[in-house]
Amino acid sequence: MLEIGLSHYLSVAAILFTLGIFGIFLNRKNVIVILMSIELMLLAVNINLVAFSTHLNDLVGQVFAMFVLTVAAAEAAIGLAILVIYFRNRGSIAVEDINMMKG
Amino acid sequence: MVVQALCFYLFSAVAIASAVMVISSRNPVHSVLFLILAFFNAAGLFVLMGAEFLGMILVVVYLGAVTVLFLFVVMMLNINVAEMRQGFLQYLPIGATVGLILLVELFMVLGGWAISPEAAQVAQVPTPPPEQVSNTAALGNVLYTKYVYLFQASGIVLLVAMIGAIVLTLRTRTGVRRQNLREQSFRTRDESVEVKKVQSGSGV
Repeated sequence: MLEIGLSHYLSVAAILFTLGIFGIFLNRKNVIVILMSIELMLLAVNINLVAFSTHLNDLVGQVFAMFVLTVAAAEAAIGLAILVIYFRNRGSIAVEDINMMKG
Repeated sequence: MVVQALCFYLFSAVAIASAVMVISSRNPVHSVLFLILAFFNAAGLFVLMGAEFLGMILVVVYLGAVTVLFLFVVMMLNINVAEMRQGFLQYLPIGATVGLILLVELFMVLGGWAISPEAAQVAQVPTPPPEQVSNTAALGNVLYTKYVYLFQASGIVLLVAMIGAIVLTLRTRTGVRRQNLREQSFRTRDESVEVKKVQSGSGV
């Protein structure tokens, strides 16, 4: 219990990832919270990468976690830009109306 | 050892609790603030694991830039909070089912899994001992030599994202008067001055 090993960190990451998935299902009307849930899932993945990297003494995991951070930042910027123009056009950010754009 | 365990439980408990608040909070602004708390505690976990540089990067880049960007967007959009909550309970059962199945599967993976003894030998880049090379220096040694192309590629990803965000949100507004130097300097006398014959006593 007091000996903190790899599986402890992996458990925390698993719980965070599940919370991210749960958040996507729960907030179907709110794109901002969906984006935040995606950020939570990416954070869980990063915790996994760093935990394996430090416990197996391989630095590549941390390098990869850094690239994941880069992609997450780019994704957040693009997602929020799309959100802003969507709100400008429609006056709401409900995801369920987005299929009206098709056709 | 006890301090490390206590720190681990504190950081992970606060991170998980604030993640729960992120997805269940009524107000999106509160969600963003709890996201900041979750990321901060995850940075604490990174430092605890010995990845100081990534922990600091998480604080600087994520708390300093990305979540603040979220905060700006949330405050800029005028969101009807009550309307957001509709359908919250409708999706609760299926979301809980999927989440529970996923969690159970992940923990089953965690339970029936062991590291092979050869794992330490096949390390691509073995971590140098922390007494000699600090985490930041070790990461820089690898990042700028072996993974330099990936590093450049991630820079291009960020550049494309920046240009994309600017192109997406740029708009030409109608009804805004702008200074047009070309039009100004090519103005002729004919189009700007009009001579009118005014009869005396009658006005224009």
